[in-house]
Amino acid sequence: MPRTLFDKLWDSHRIASDESGEDLLYVDRVCLHERTGGIALESLEARGLPVRQPGQAFCTMDHVVDTRPGRGDRTSIPGGEAFIARTRRGARAFGIRTFDIGDAEQGISHVVSAEQGIALPGLSLVCPDSHTCTLGALGALALGVGTTEAEHALATSTLWLARPASRAVVVDGVLDSGASAKDLALHLIAEHGADGAEGAAVEFRGSAVRALDVESRMTLCNMAVEFAAATALIAPDAKVFDYVMGRAHAPPELPLDDWRRLRSDDGARFERTIRIDAAAVDARVTWGTSPAQGAGVTGRVPAPRDGDAQRALDYAGLSPGDLLSEVPVDAAFIGSCTNARLSDLRRAAAVLRNRRVAPGVAAICVPASTPVKRAAEAEGLDRIFRDAGFEWRESGCSLCFYAGGEGFAPGQRVISTTNRNFEGRQGPGVRSHLASPAVVAASAIRGRISTPGML
Amino acid sequence: MEPFTRHTGVAAPLLKANIDTDAIIPSREMRRVSRHGLAEGLFANWRYADAGARRPDPTFLLNQSAYAGASILLGGANFGCGSSREHAVWALAEFGMRVVVAPSFGAIFQKNCIANGLLPAVVAEGEVNALARWVESDPARHRLTVDLVETTIHAGTGKTPFAIAEAHRFRLIEGLDPIRYTLERADEIAEFERERFAAHPWVRLPEGA
Ligand code: SF4
Repeated sequence: MPRTLFDKLWDSHRIASDESGEDLLYVDRVCLHERTGGIALESLEARGLPVRQPGQAFCTMDHVVDTRPGRGDRTSIPGGEAFIARTRRGARAFGIRTFDIGDAEQGISHVVSAEQGIALPGLSLVCPDSHTCTLGALGALALGVGTTEAEHALATSTLWLARPASRAVVVDGVLDSGASAKDLALHLIAEHGADGAEGAAVEFRGSAVRALDVESRMTLCNMAVEFAAATALIAPDAKVFDYVMGRAHAPPELPLDDWRRLRSDDGARFERTIRIDAAAVDARVTWGTSPAQGAGVTGRVPAPRDGDAQRALDYAGLSPGDLLSEVPVDAAFIGSCTNARLSDLRRAAAVLRNRRVAPGVAAICVPASTPVKRAAEAEGLDRIFRDAGFEWRESGCSLCFYAGGEGFAPGQRVISTTNRNFEGRQGPGVRSHLASPAVVAASAIRGRISTPGML
Repeated sequence: MEPFTRHTGVAAPLLKANIDTDAIIPSREMRRVSRHGLAEGLFANWRYADAGARRPDPTFLLNQSAYAGASILLGGANFGCGSSREHAVWALAEFGMRVVVAPSFGAIFQKNCIANGLLPAVVAEGEVNALARWVESDPARHRLTVDLVETTIHAGTGKTPFAIAEAHRFRLIEGLDPIRYTLERADEIAEFERERFAAHPWVRLPEGA
């Protein structure tokens, strides 16, 4: 029987099935971070249980760490030092490789996992973080879990899960040069809703997906959880094999014969297929408090369809009919596991070159990892950001979410390359507008939501 | 974990769709490296007119006396979407919630519920709304009884079936410790692993890599 890529990955990790309908899956890699990982480690310690395969587990410091230059363990997040210190201690006690503050490879978990070859085609990987689906872009079975499940995976190298259905999102045609993977993701979620995937595993397919570079594929898969996908996948191809080659934890000789089989068979059945014409995707921005509440940058705020949308508009301080390109911004943030890899910073820098951020706009760039930061500096991108008036920071999650420390002020409007515009996500009362790096850069320059073409 | 069979309690309708885990527990309320001490931060953005001073917002349902002691939450579609933070479930449980009824759940949240003995009951939107209307007509007295053995919700004389995966139902009823349950299969896991490493040696990383 022809199988989907997701089913192949699932089958190759299935140890057993339980009478009540769940499968026991083998977990090849566990990744932790200091926000949720420390609790899992301490609770294992308290129970006197070992980590079953410490060599297959990794830990990053990304969520709580400060990103201001010259950082140490001190962080503005209340109680933050304890998250760092106790996670570090737990990881050390179990012999888990930790990408700590000051480590040359430190960065946001999902970015480090790709950069270090921890996530590879055909592997299963779990992390107590919902954006783990990012790594499906490499053809890995990447699953975001809670803390208790991460603890279970550490102790048993397994996870119980009911097999989700496979769905396909096929994007054919050619993406406009003004549109990116982020715009594609925002378009998809706006068209089909924040619960559009209904818990299925989503495979992105089609010529426009194949045409994306690997980093853009990660952006697309990253946003899948905002679409209620169990995880995302893209069949790995030569671009992925090139990307993976030579990474620290990748095998010296890639098992290409195996990896080439990681694709949905012809005739494999998807429970549902969504088709998107890439040519219909334009530069987008969200106007509300769900990633699904978005429109083209050149468009207008739509009339609310229901009470939730009305509530979102009230929170966002916008009215139906408002021209999005006239909406002023107080801050611009380029960062996060969605859109702060080297190619993202290059796209933003291309817009910022020889320009200055509009007066009064606070502009901040936080590279997604320390290697990204290093590579960007080697190309002189940091100069372009700084000359334009951006702060240039150390790597971490930073202002992607608010935890009581550094943040934006209530009522401030932020254009952001992140993935969540939920109420309060970037601070109480803060209004977040999600967009691509190019749109965030252009908006910072013009002081209003903008495409580069409007400058 | 405390086994779950049947629960009767005050139900609070919070019917907005896409209530995300940032709303259930804002990240700034996760102050300690702990599963505890989170109930105060539950729905902090909505519950307090001033979250810093903990001044309650009287318009928020859970602050109203009619819903005092609520242990069942009626929610909208895609309840618990967003961040994987298990703190959302810990906060709900510590606050006293035993059941969340919604048309659909965020997948990670749903699994986190099972891991912590909180029952996520799936009921079609129209029926959640009907339950909410019945409850709202006299919240303190119109209690719901959620029966996990029969998978039904009793509202007065009415009965509404709910959906839950059989594996989840089993775990909640037994109050299973998941790690212990899985480690009973340690040999099977080791055998699978041996075969996997033999067939795909590159999967195995050296210890302490
Ligand atoms: S960058 Fe944001 S979305 Fe990504 S892992 Fe960090 S907090 Fe989560």
